[in-house]
Amino acid sequence: MSTSDVTEEEMHGQKPGRDAVTGAAGVVGEQQRRERDARPSERHADDGEFASYYGRPVINAIVWEAPAIGGYLFLGGLAGASSALAAGAELTGRPGLARPLRYTALAAISGSTAALIYDLGRPERFLNMLRVFKPTSPMSVGSWILMGYGPLAGVSAVTALTGWFPRTGRLATYGAGAMGALVATYTAPLVCDTAVPAWHEGYRYMPFVFASSAVAAAGGAGLIGAPTEQSGPARRAAVGGAIAETAVSTAMEHRMGLSGELYGRGTAGRYMRAAKTLTLAGAAGAVLGRRSRVASALSGAALVAGSACTRLGVFHAGRQSQEDPKYTVVPQRRRRDARERAENAQV
Amino acid sequence: MNVSTDSGAEQPRLGFFTDTSVCIGCKACEVACKEWNMVPEDGLDFTGMSFDNTGGLSADTWRHVAFVEQREPLAHQETGLGRRDTVDLGMPSFELPGASAAPEERGEFRWLMSSDVCKHCTHAACVDVCPTGALFHTEFDTVVVQQDICNGCGYCIPACPYGVIDRREDDGRAWKCTLCYDRVGDGLEPACAKACPTDSIQFGDLDELRERAAQRLEDLHGAGVSSARLYGEDPDDGVGGNGAFFLLLDEPEVYGLPPDPVVTTRDLPSMWRHAGAAAVVMLAGVAATFLGGRK
Ligand code: SF4
Ligand code: SF4
Repeated sequence: MSTSDVTEEEMHGQKPGRDAVTGAAGVVGEQQRRERDARPSERHADDGEFASYYGRPVINAIVWEAPAIGGYLFLGGLAGASSALAAGAELTGRPGLARPLRYTALAAISGSTAALIYDLGRPERFLNMLRVFKPTSPMSVGSWILMGYGPLAGVSAVTALTGWFPRTGRLATYGAGAMGALVATYTAPLVCDTAVPAWHEGYRYMPFVFASSAVAAAGGAGLIGAPTEQSGPARRAAVGGAIAETAVSTAMEHRMGLSGELYGRGTAGRYMRAAKTLTLAGAAGAVLGRRSRVASALSGAALVAGSACTRLGVFHAGRQSQEDPKYTVVPQRRRRDARERAENAQV
Repeated sequence: MNVSTDSGAEQPRLGFFTDTSVCIGCKACEVACKEWNMVPEDGLDFTGMSFDNTGGLSADTWRHVAFVEQREPLAHQETGLGRRDTVDLGMPSFELPGASAAPEERGEFRWLMSSDVCKHCTHAACVDVCPTGALFHTEFDTVVVQQDICNGCGYCIPACPYGVIDRREDDGRAWKCTLCYDRVGDGLEPACAKACPTDSIQFGDLDELRERAAQRLEDLHGAGVSSARLYGEDPDDGVGGNGAFFLLLDEPEVYGLPPDPVVTTRDLPSMWRHAGAAAVVMLAGVAATFLGGRK
């Protein structure tokens, strides 16, 4: 009998010592064992080599749609910064600049909220956002910011249009201006507070990118809507915002770690390059064409478009970093290896 | 900044210990889960990459059996293959058996199988970011979505560092493993653990499971399976430990798991500070544009 035989009563012909433990060390030849133990570990994250499960992503795909969420981020920024600029214009007696910005703010924040609601899986349950206030959820905080800001922006725009209650309108404009800074920046923690490498790793820079991009866009909106004799602050905001945005987003790409490279690749790279080109061209046009209403408006449009491209670039960089497991695995592997080395050194 | 920590209740924490060293890849857990939880069919796909045609966890896959084929020995095991008088059939491939294996690696292979599931994190990013409060920690310290509240915002999906939770397309809401909240509440074990024929999936009090896992790890190391390691059992890791942890035979990333996950909300206080600073700088910048004269 060459094998053991299992019957109802017992096992026959069982050879002693054949009941192997899975992977037991005792059953292999000395020579073979030495060869195997000498084999160096085959994977090193430091060489850019990494293991994955058939190249599949570690984290799940982002379900948000690029136009909706890119638009939500962009319009929120435009609204917030427009309100801030409008408040300044109101305060310094520039009604020709304040008025179009008050309209812009309401239109943009309505679009931003609509895009957010549209992208929900259950839009009719939007108000469920307001059953709790959670500081751990930037989307919850953001919903409450929108609830505070939206009515102010609304009153500010409607009073500008109708001329009713000018005092209330002015106060609403100031209130919206102060809150506008929050509206323009809370979206940065919103995207960064995820496991998406190209977003999370950039969290120190993202709010500054979003804020400066928002100011450039609002400056652009002011250039489009205001007569040249009142658009000085908008022009300065446009130029300052554009320069700051270009500088900060370039710094972010270089300093945020491995996934920073994605801001220069693929769809994200195309949007980011377009954003820089439009923004810098808009800033240059705003300076050179400062005597011409048409040149100013065109520059303003370029700045607004550039700001939208920035948000789409950020969105796509996040999506690209989700799709390739490299951006999740390699930084984590390096961190873990470094920690283990440190622990071993201590022992 | 975490709202999602232990509830501190009397009820001991419940969880899973998935010992992948005894998993045979039968997928009974996947089937049992779908049946019990009435999870809809999500495509009869052929991935063409291995015997795994499920792919990964999603809204409609709450247990996923990973299937890894490797040209590596399972510890110091003599497979009996690779000698002159045997034919190494090798990995499933389109070539003649044995044709694709380099001579020095003949006779070495192992199949790693692992049933993946929601980790029921102590510090769960999905719970933290959920703006509606639909996701919560139960009295058993498991993580569950309240389907009547979820509005499908999709925030939890990129927040989960393990790629577990997902939105169901036609339904619009987020879905994932509930650790059979209904069964557990009635004193039953979850469907997957019940169905697992090798007890690769073990269910129980987390403290007891941790002890059992430590013992199993010691046994395996003693038997020469030096690559065995625990994953997610450490309460000091980046997510405060998992309610569902694993014994793996290779690096986590080989199974599609992140090697060093950290709950994203750990950095949220710093994110708020940076955002606050940006808001202040923005207001200052806008104010500065009004300083330069009347024009
Ligand atoms: S594994 Fe993901 S879905 Fe499960 S509790 Fe942790 S963060 Fe939430
Ligand atoms: S999709 Fe549902 S469960 Fe997920 S964060 Fe949004 S409301 Fe919460």
